[in-house]
Amino acid sequence: MSSLSRAEVAKLAKLARIQMTDAELDALSNEFEVILGAVARVQEVAKSDVQPTSHPLPVNNVSRPDDVIPSLTPEEALSGAPAQEEQRFRVPQILGEA
Amino acid sequence: MIRKSASEMAAALAAKEISSVDLTKAHLERIKEVDSQVHAFLHVDSEGALSQAKAVDDARAKGEKLAPLAGVPIALKDVFTQKGIPTTCGSKILEGWRPPYDATVTANLKSNGIVILGKTNMDEFAMGSSTENSAYGPTHNPWDLTRIPGGSGGGSSASISAFEAPLAIGTDTGGSIRQPAAVTGTVGVKPTYGGVSRYGLVAFSSSLDQGGPCARTVLDAALLHEAIAGHDPKDSTSINAPVPQVVAAAKRGDVKGLKIGIIKELQGDGYQKGVLNRFNEAIDLLAGLGAEIVEVSCPSFEYALAAYYLIAPSECSSNLARFDAMRYGIRVGEGDAEAVMSATREAGFGREVKRRIILGTYALSSGYYDAYYGSALKVRTLIMQDFAKSFGGADVLVSPTAPTTAFKIGEKANDPLAMYLNDIATIPVNLAGICGMSLPSGLADEDNLPAGFQIMAPAMQDQRLYNVGAALEAALLSKWGAPLLDKAPALGGAK
Repeated sequence: MSSLSRAEVAKLAKLARIQMTDAELDALSNEFEVILGAVARVQEVAKSDVQPTSHPLPVNNVSRPDDVIPSLTPEEALSGAPAQEEQRFRVPQILGEA
Repeated sequence: MIRKSASEMAAALAAKEISSVDLTKAHLERIKEVDSQVHAFLHVDSEGALSQAKAVDDARAKGEKLAPLAGVPIALKDVFTQKGIPTTCGSKILEGWRPPYDATVTANLKSNGIVILGKTNMDEFAMGSSTENSAYGPTHNPWDLTRIPGGSGGGSSASISAFEAPLAIGTDTGGSIRQPAAVTGTVGVKPTYGGVSRYGLVAFSSSLDQGGPCARTVLDAALLHEAIAGHDPKDSTSINAPVPQVVAAAKRGDVKGLKIGIIKELQGDGYQKGVLNRFNEAIDLLAGLGAEIVEVSCPSFEYALAAYYLIAPSECSSNLARFDAMRYGIRVGEGDAEAVMSATREAGFGREVKRRIILGTYALSSGYYDAYYGSALKVRTLIMQDFAKSFGGADVLVSPTAPTTAFKIGEKANDPLAMYLNDIATIPVNLAGICGMSLPSGLADEDNLPAGFQIMAPAMQDQRLYNVGAALEAALLSKWGAPLLDKAPALGGAK
């Protein structure tokens, strides 16, 4: 299981919302054979008695006092938007047909 | 003046021998003179820097109490937000974005009166070891313009080694501060994970990313470290504890009686002979200063690179989902939201970023999660155990920072695995969340290019790096008779 077909890479690209070209898909499926072969080595030592570590710090549920603090104005928050309308982010259609 | 250390500049400013405005102008002049060759900067903010410098000069004239580095200029890696200043992370997808807020690191620089000259070039979203992955073209190593300055923070390391700035800020996810420092003959520190706030640092791999100082001397790095470090309520993974006393340690520089552990697995095959020669000489110097040298073994390090190239891509595939063409950045294409998102991400991301997003998407996908991401997390535990055991018998651990000196631009561009191997000695530190420093150990015999010496210490023991680093730096300086950077070739318009 250390290579990926072009169709599998295409499916991953769709999941990741990247509209890749055919040339990119070909290149990636070739590279993945090498890369997956190298990273799959983790399985050699990942025995069932080893606990996983997802984060270097043992912190949980860090919260701050529930106080109102200054935040961005609507103008600031919208300042980088590709499109805006009536103080809101204007986005392409998300659901169903027009 | 631009060739002096930041602490010397700070002393000259305090003594009113020079103004911050003049010091800032001298650096802006230098940037104008050499950056067309080096390409360390993506954006130079002359106006902002000069007005910040003037404010420091005015405050000093009024007799206000100023921070130690007040008035000294700095270069900021383009992965930190700075209000109103273009922030691209080396990516086309953020082209033209001007953040509406300052990162905590940026805010700390400003409150310390440190003058921000501009934003430095980097591998796109900090993914790379050469700065060749920047969408805006590579940065060139001032030691040899045909070579890479390291990465991802190649712009930061090149700016200080080219004397365009005395200080810079970098970020280190797998070595992006330390490896560039090694190949440019400068000093770089990855603080303990959680020691410096990540608020406003555009996320690549959240459990690994750490901002830190880049400088030309150990003391300068320590001064900058203390200026940017500390607990930040805006970053939930920021450590709520006093900042380690790194400046005092950098001034102490005494290794007598310390135990220094050489990591057996981080040398030998794959390491350039000249890099190992300089490493071994540095060990002899430390032994001569009274340190006890021991050898330690970290058998799981063999799997660190593989674990890193599963964990970092997995986290990045999730983090970079925010670049969806809706709230900031570019928007490309027509149709519904999904079509626009897919077209924008295709146009906006470079090859390496796409490669890692796809790899991470795969490693996290149902059916493969346990075999890939899950296994990598177990390796992370094993690496932490190796470190814990080794620190039981040594105060600090050491290795070469990178296995080779700077390679040629383009040399590894088509071989991702060869590129990844450059971080083999720096990655374990990130996986364990501990701290590490790289400082110059000299020039490799084969190519007369800088080699780096890495020091590692347990979490929140950052002062040990500076203590040992300062001792070695002083011993090397007295051996060389002059700073290593004096050996770098003069860039065009040399004075």
